[in-house]
Amino acid sequence: MKFSSQAVAKPYFIAAIGLFTLQIVFGLTLGLQYVLGDFLFPEIPFNVARMVHTNLLIIWVLFGFMGASYYLVPEESDVELYSPKLALWLFWIFLSASVLTVIGYLAVPYATLAEITGNDILPTMGREFLEQPTLTKIGIVVVVLGFLFNLGMTILKGRKTVITMVLMIGLVGLAVMFLFSFYNPENLVLDKIFWWWVVHLWVEGVWELILGAIMAFVLIKITGIDREVIEKWLYMIIAMALITGILGTGHHYFWIGTPDYWQVLGSIFSALEPIPFFMMTLFAFSMINKRRRDHPNKVAALWAMGTGVMAFLGAGVWGFMHTLAPVNYYTHGTQITAAHGHMAFYGAYAMIVMTMISYAMPNMRGRVANSAKAQSWEVWGFWLMTISMVLITLFLTAAGVLQVWLQRYTDMPQSFMVVQDQLAIFYWLRFAAGVGFLAGVGTYIASFFIKGEAVGLANAAR
Amino acid sequence: MSETFTKTMARNIFYGGSLFFILVFLGLIFHTTRVLPERDHRENITPQVVLGKKLWEDNNCIGCHTLMGEGAYFAPELANVYQRLGESKDAIISFIKYRPAEGVPGRRSMPQFNLSDEELDALAEFLKWTSEINDGDWPPNIQG
Ligand code: HEC
Ligand code: HEM
Ligand code: HEM
Ligand SMILES: [Fe+2]
Repeated sequence: MKFSSQAVAKPYFIAAIGLFTLQIVFGLTLGLQYVLGDFLFPEIPFNVARMVHTNLLIIWVLFGFMGASYYLVPEESDVELYSPKLALWLFWIFLSASVLTVIGYLAVPYATLAEITGNDILPTMGREFLEQPTLTKIGIVVVVLGFLFNLGMTILKGRKTVITMVLMIGLVGLAVMFLFSFYNPENLVLDKIFWWWVVHLWVEGVWELILGAIMAFVLIKITGIDREVIEKWLYMIIAMALITGILGTGHHYFWIGTPDYWQVLGSIFSALEPIPFFMMTLFAFSMINKRRRDHPNKVAALWAMGTGVMAFLGAGVWGFMHTLAPVNYYTHGTQITAAHGHMAFYGAYAMIVMTMISYAMPNMRGRVANSAKAQSWEVWGFWLMTISMVLITLFLTAAGVLQVWLQRYTDMPQSFMVVQDQLAIFYWLRFAAGVGFLAGVGTYIASFFIKGEAVGLANAAR
Repeated sequence: MSETFTKTMARNIFYGGSLFFILVFLGLIFHTTRVLPERDHRENITPQVVLGKKLWEDNNCIGCHTLMGEGAYFAPELANVYQRLGESKDAIISFIKYRPAEGVPGRRSMPQFNLSDEELDALAEFLKWTSEINDGDWPPNIQG
């Protein structure tokens, strides 16, 4: 760690891991409700558990992005953070807003929450992933603006690098696209069109810039490869991301009332979207293979390569599987979608945050790398989580294929509920894999508390 | 990557390519919004439909159901529920109205929302209007 102000990243990372754990607990609740329909009903209906699960995911990934930026920007810009105090204030504001919102979801019926938070004045609630009360959304905007201001001022007084530029474009894009969550027209078709400007243009647009920037930073640090090489890769990856991803939005405009030409455009451009993810994998592997030094933080390199591979599998392969309009006609809104959503989110955004944590946390705790023993626990956590996620994806894919067959493709289509009953075995298996995932989270968290001789500055193999 | 392909070239592809496709995308979206009225039949968006959409959101129906294939995969697709239940608003209304507060033992359950008759009618109107949107013949069959 070059500057003491980088340490503000620490609470952000701790909060991210805490909320991540809670997300998984609710994931397991959902998994049980899938097979034991009345589990926790009517206290915690499925929709409530689901929005806690998905909103916690978004929130903890945002905490992760913020922590990563607060760590990365001062080091890249070669100056102290403009205002560590502001960063800490925003941390507490964001954390309390998040916790209050989740309590609100769980404590009162959603309609009551909508009423008491003034959803009648500016209705923005009740849309998937954007369930937060309007007040919470405003809170998020305020926090993100403060965060961008803090980073912007830091960059202005310091060195400007390609990595900080790309990161800033990604973060500003994140903020700008989120503003569309305040646009909720009465016409459902228009509502859906612009809803995707938040959801798709986040994960298959600006977030890829953030992902690329964090990846590039960690790779420079652990491989010692020349900045010029890394930056060229970064530009190519994000160029491909936006060139394919913007018109790729069309893969969500197939069946929502939008004109038919989107079926052609969306299919073509989204079929190219795996390219940037594939390049990301090549990037991680080739930089680590050509490394100029052996960094003692081995597990950070594992996370970086894992992110490349899993993001490509989840987003690239599982995304491509259902992105062509004739296929999507049958798979749209089935367990195939859920399979893809899980592996893509985990592989790309959960894992990049853990890559950064893995690299930065030891530094913030005054060492170059954790002890061999702590690292081996972290490696176990990595594999447990990753293999469990692969299994979750495979079971959901199997369920999805059967669902498509029984409910949509055969001559004698069966009703939704009847089909779901027949998929129970896959949902049980998914639940079992979910328990494995939670065990992985536990192992991962335990790795932070494992002692042993850490690699200090003096004995680091330079 | 080879030496002749420089970082500056990569940067220009990023800025130029992104800008180009942002503009194309905005143009297409503009066109889409122009031709949309023929497909979404917005002339049929009555005050009841508007209220129905609001209730749809305020009760987070999307947290269990899909609507035109988007949402959650826990409960049946509702964009064509109007047709599935025999083109009957009353069938939709009574389904929602008579959900047992304690759920159905052992079965995936839908909450009792305690809606007024006016609200139930609005929800049914909203689902009826939705079912008439021209959405490329999706879903493939009546089961959703
Ligand atoms: C907690 C989950 C949940 C929520 C929230 C929910 N539903 Fe349902 N809904 C279900 C389930 C499960 C079924 C299937 C029930 C059955 O077949 O026993 C269902 C069935 C229906 C049906 C009948 C579908 C058919 O094909 O027979 C309609 C209509 C419906 N819901 C409307 C709504 C509306 C409108 C809302 C919001 C006000 C809503 N639901 C909110 C879970 C939910
Ligand atoms: C890291 C990047 C990605 C993430 C996090 C991600 C996540 C998701 C999620 C959560 C959904 C479900 C949205 C909903 O609830 O309706 C979804 C849908 C979809 N994604 Fe991705 N995705 C990514 C990349 C991709 C890529 C690269 C492709 C194409 C190659 C793709 C193709 C699709 C398609 C076609 C759907 C619609 C599924 C349907 O019709 O139900 N995704 N994605
Ligand atoms: C213990 C493991 C987990 C279980 C059992 C689980 C279960 C579920 C269930 C049942 C749903 C709702 C599906 C539906 O709408 O019917 C869901 C949604 C979702 N979960 Fe998980 N989850 C787990 C872990 C995760 C992880 C680790 C991530 C990402 C990092 C994640 C991301 C998501 C996303 C993005 C959605 C929305 C999907 C969509 O709309 O297509 N989940 N999860
Ligand atoms: Fe997408």
